[in-house]
Amino acid sequence: MHPALQGVITIIVGVGGCVAYFYFSNLFLDKVLYPARGPNAGRNINRANLIRPWLFLAPAVLALGLYLAYPVVETLRLSLTNRLPGGGYEWAGLENYSQMVADPKFGEALFNNMLWLFVVPALSTAFGLLAAQLTDRIKWGAVAKSIIFMPMAISFVGAAVIWKLVYDYRAAGEEQIGVLNAIVVSLGGEPTAWLTVPFWNNFFLMAVLIWIQTGFAMVILSAALRGIPEETVEAAIVDGANPFQIFFKIKVPQIMGTIVVVWTTITIVVLKIFDIVFAMTNGQWETQVLANYMYDKLFRANDWGVGSASAMVIMLLVTPILVWNVYNARKEMR
Amino acid sequence: MDNIAGTKSGLSWAVQISTILLVLLWLFPTVGLLVSSFRTADQISATGWWKALFPTEQVVQYRTDDPDDARVADGSGFVVSGNLFGEEGGSVKAFGVTSRDVGAFGPGDTADMGEGESMTVEEDGSYTWRGNDDQISGRGQRVFVTTTTPPEFTTANYERVLFSGDRTDSMAKAFFNTLTVTIPATIIPILIAAFAAYALAWMDFPGRALLIAAIVALLVVPLQLALIPLLKLHNEVGIGKGYLGVWLAHTGFGLPLAIYLLRNYMVGLPRDIIENAKVDGATDFQIFTKIVLPLSFPALASFAIFQFLWTWNDLLVALVFLIDSSGDTTVMTRQIVELLGTRGGNWEILATAAFVSIAVPLCVFFAMQRFLVRGLLAGSVK
Repeated sequence: MHPALQGVITIIVGVGGCVAYFYFSNLFLDKVLYPARGPNAGRNINRANLIRPWLFLAPAVLALGLYLAYPVVETLRLSLTNRLPGGGYEWAGLENYSQMVADPKFGEALFNNMLWLFVVPALSTAFGLLAAQLTDRIKWGAVAKSIIFMPMAISFVGAAVIWKLVYDYRAAGEEQIGVLNAIVVSLGGEPTAWLTVPFWNNFFLMAVLIWIQTGFAMVILSAALRGIPEETVEAAIVDGANPFQIFFKIKVPQIMGTIVVVWTTITIVVLKIFDIVFAMTNGQWETQVLANYMYDKLFRANDWGVGSASAMVIMLLVTPILVWNVYNARKEMR
Repeated sequence: MDNIAGTKSGLSWAVQISTILLVLLWLFPTVGLLVSSFRTADQISATGWWKALFPTEQVVQYRTDDPDDARVADGSGFVVSGNLFGEEGGSVKAFGVTSRDVGAFGPGDTADMGEGESMTVEEDGSYTWRGNDDQISGRGQRVFVTTTTPPEFTTANYERVLFSGDRTDSMAKAFFNTLTVTIPATIIPILIAAFAAYALAWMDFPGRALLIAAIVALLVVPLQLALIPLLKLHNEVGIGKGYLGVWLAHTGFGLPLAIYLLRNYMVGLPRDIIENAKVDGATDFQIFTKIVLPLSFPALASFAIFQFLWTWNDLLVALVFLIDSSGDTTVMTRQIVELLGTRGGNWEILATAAFVSIAVPLCVFFAMQRFLVRGLLAGSVK
């Protein structure tokens, strides 16, 4: 069957199935199980209302449980076991973890991920804040915002191609077609294959993510900047504060909460970063990161134990943010 | 606040200039890809794309006609005349007669080649070569001509990538595969999430707060954890690798954000409307379909854009749940990664393929930016 046709059928079956489920389950509840008439009408209505929320929630809860909650537990289990040839598993304790820690590639991935973790959120937020502050003050700010925001729509893979062209390298003496090398050569330097210079190549990969995430930071921070009460800024001006003092001492402290939210959101993106490294260097030249290391172990080395162990490391790194988010969400609900 | 005291005009210039710089910096890489996709392979490797926007100068070596055939007597010596460009046409900016100094003379000048031999080249390429019997013989004289070529662009790359049907270069199939993944994976989670969000926003039941907290927690769970367990599950229940698997996976991974966004929006709907409807005897199902769903359109649109961009741009989920060894179900992101490997130097194919894949999200982005911004604000600023 043609995939497009299969897609159309899936949409019809999926959407139709969902609508039918919601409609008929409600109908069943109201008409058959606990009809709102007869001697027990009042009790029946109460009972139906007790069950109804779960009718609405059932598909979502099922999908969330199966596709997100269960895998966390299962991955934990896989990371503590070894696959036996011919099927079955044996308990391995922390063997996979010690094997992983002993792997120099894992150390490299962890180190690089930490580097990403410090650099990318900081620079994206800083550029975003700068862009938000600048574009809020000029007439063509909306257009400028659109352009800076645009990379958000571009896939990591597309961005990888775009930046590979920027970093392109030709031997010295040839015409450089990568912008970066062209600039270096015109300033009298030697052309360099940027992506193969260990340690520094990490920063060239990070530039891609910063380029993508700055727009996100800008949009959110710009909204926060607009929410600042004008009186506070006016009072500062009356007191003779200069524009820089106004920005750093009046505005930034008032949007600190939003800055933290932006920072943590980008942090999560960074922890899961995979596509950029996969497409640009595939972890060669010491650019390995955790998610790509995990992919290597799971699907190239076929080592589920160590692969799952490294997935658990990513989970562990995300956990503090997870707890903090839940804590905040609960605080708000009260 | 632009005209109040404390704002200096010098600073406003600095603001303008820094914004222009920032915008150019952000735009420059993408423009490079776009321009490159309209150039031929030779052009791309000859000059940087930023030079493609201006006329290029190049030095070409020509020969005059063969003296033995073309020379005519002229007083005491001989003359060969003709046009260097032949019938192609062109324009001479400078010329020279030795390779040591290729741009020595301007158009219309006469180059003195010693011992009475001379060469005159006009702007349109017509030349006159004079000399004695000995000089005007053998092979034609070499002339180095500096010409300017106007910027030249071609759509041949797009024809190759979209319509050629070439096994490695053609993106047509991958384009439709991506579309096939994206549309069901965008629509189905919205529907499931909308019902759940309504229950979490407007129905009272024990465990509601716990459920909301769980959804906030699941929002950040890395999908990397789900790869092996779910692939195992899919293989066990017989779905294997294929569209159904990838649709289900995208639905599952998109749900936390969908529920979170929609619930936050629905909670903000006016309580009166919903309570009045309840007093009038409407059931929850009716309230949901007739009141809440239409009112929530902006939030639904926001999430639809997110999910569309995310599924269209995704690589990892497709790699794990969709693409099998036959390669018939490859998606565009995967094909571009392959091209990076096999055709790393063929920028004309790579740039075009990449641009085909980012064109659709860019259109969606510019058309629906309003909803995207609204969704971002609802999703993160709380």
